[in-house]
Amino acid sequence: MSALLEVRNLATEFGAKLGLRAVNDVSFRLERGKVLGLVGESGSGKSVTGFSIMGLLDRPGRVVDGQILFDGTDLATLSDAEMRRLRGKRIAMVFQDPMMTLNPVLTVGTQMIEAVRAHDPVSKDVARQRSRDALGLVGIPSPDERLSAYPHEFSGGMRQRVAIAIALLHHPDLIIADEPTTALDVTIQSQIISEFQKLAEQSNTAVIWITHDLAIVSRLADDIAVMYAGRLVETGSVEEVLGDPRHPYTRGLIMSVPSQNHRGEPLRQIPGMTPAINRLPPGCSFRTRCEQATDACAAMPDLMSEGSRAFRCFHPVARIDA
Amino acid sequence: MAISLIRRLIQALFVILAMTVIVFIGVSVIGNPVDILINPDANQAERLRVIAHYGLDQPLWKQYLLFLQGLTHGDFGDSFVYGRPALGLILERLPATLELAISALLIAIVIGLPLGLYAGLYPNRLSSRIIMSGSILGFSLPTFWVGLMLIMVFSVELRWLPTNGRGVTAEFLGAQWSFLTKDGLVHLLLPAFNLALFKTSLILRLTRAGVQEVLPQDYIKFARAKGLPERRIIFVHVLKNLMIPLVTIIGLEFGSLIAFSVVTESIFAWPGMGKLIIDSINLLDRPVIVAYLMMMVLLFVTLNFLIDVCYTLLDPRVRLDARA
Repeated sequence: MSALLEVRNLATEFGAKLGLRAVNDVSFRLERGKVLGLVGESGSGKSVTGFSIMGLLDRPGRVVDGQILFDGTDLATLSDAEMRRLRGKRIAMVFQDPMMTLNPVLTVGTQMIEAVRAHDPVSKDVARQRSRDALGLVGIPSPDERLSAYPHEFSGGMRQRVAIAIALLHHPDLIIADEPTTALDVTIQSQIISEFQKLAEQSNTAVIWITHDLAIVSRLADDIAVMYAGRLVETGSVEEVLGDPRHPYTRGLIMSVPSQNHRGEPLRQIPGMTPAINRLPPGCSFRTRCEQATDACAAMPDLMSEGSRAFRCFHPVARIDA
Repeated sequence: MAISLIRRLIQALFVILAMTVIVFIGVSVIGNPVDILINPDANQAERLRVIAHYGLDQPLWKQYLLFLQGLTHGDFGDSFVYGRPALGLILERLPATLELAISALLIAIVIGLPLGLYAGLYPNRLSSRIIMSGSILGFSLPTFWVGLMLIMVFSVELRWLPTNGRGVTAEFLGAQWSFLTKDGLVHLLLPAFNLALFKTSLILRLTRAGVQEVLPQDYIKFARAKGLPERRIIFVHVLKNLMIPLVTIIGLEFGSLIAFSVVTESIFAWPGMGKLIIDSINLLDRPVIVAYLMMMVLLFVTLNFLIDVCYTLLDPRVRLDARA
């Protein structure tokens, strides 16, 4: 079975002249109906990867290298008009902050109907019906009335449901979810996640779930890709990577989850901070924070495959010590 | 909604009442109209007769109460100079000023809004930079100088447009209007453009700043993620958010266009209220000055009220009720 999305050696740069690489040599593949967890700290390039696929990078950001093969076509070579026809129709996106994603001066109905009609030449009434059904699907009570309400009349969780309903309007093949639960309460988080899971399964939609929360990934994702300073450092199935991490950074992330710690002990953390992308050390970007770094790490390690998984480290971790 | 409307109306009445006091006292201290009105050769008996005729022999508070009493039936007193009701004099001139101000505002919106939108959407293009530099000129060149230059170029050198006056007018709703005849329109063009110049730059810069503020918002990115055509993003998503600050400014600026069109009206000999008030100030024609100032107070109070109503229509997050 060929992959729905195959990203090959993606590189994205910001900065007018200097060319700051926010995403460097990122490759992964995603099959229909699968969920990929794209994990990393703030500034690791995970959101930029998502926006690169959507073709929605803020200027002067641009894809400078690599291919984004979506169902066989390279998105990086498509014109703006072709890309627009794809966005919202076959690839949809849900954003991080539901308080900001809906236009405050337009009703929810207007914003849904226009999304339907952007891709399907249907009448307003039909579009309204489809919008109402979509709202019902994501669990919004009395959807008919809610269509004429403004975003500020919804709570954060409800707004995120609206955003998800909009993303699902055209039954896309791929949804990129950029930390869609980060700004929400824990209880709402769970509801949104299970809602997502259910809907993705029903319509065989592939999902890239961008997050820094390993707990969500372990619940939701089939595969995981860990990013650090713009590069992938470890990829593989969730069981393999979270159960038995190879890269010291992945292990550090797992150990930092509070439930992995014992009561009374100080919380474990990865020492130091993510380096700024314009001040990366030569060689392995993580070596300044890594306990196992040696002189060999002054050269950039390649992604080394081990069965279906891969990691970028000369000194892979053997087993997690529980 | 109804309760807050009534509350605002009562507030407005108090503002107007307070203004009558300020205006009345202010006008009383700037000079004695008797010195200008009365022929210096007149004898003492004649002087006293005139003073008594205008009620100027009464103490100030009594004059004020008499003035208030007049106000209750729309009487601002007779002009010292023309000997006719002051309000009538002003209302007679109102259409001229009104059509000048409205034309100027329309020109400012029609030119300023699209150019500002363009400069905001494509800030790095050369044409945008030229537009923005041009708007600085519009801001900083003095109105009277631009007016004189316009007359020199278009009237004196090119002989395309007339230099002054309203031209042929036509009657509509019981008033004389220039914009209804071709000749009147030709006369209106230069003064309207002159008055519009500053406002055009203002609207242009405001629009551009608004676009640049709205464009990086998440909801614009989300609109793109929905695959909406760029046209709809700009003209619905961006523009509707822009309208909120723009309506405030346009409303207030319309008031100032009417109130401060004095310079343009003087240069183009446009027989509007601005010219009347300048003449009246020179002659210390108290009733006309007071009536004019009261009209302006009323105008601004009304405009502010209308702006508030527009707000609630444009911005669903604002409700009049929510304001204390």
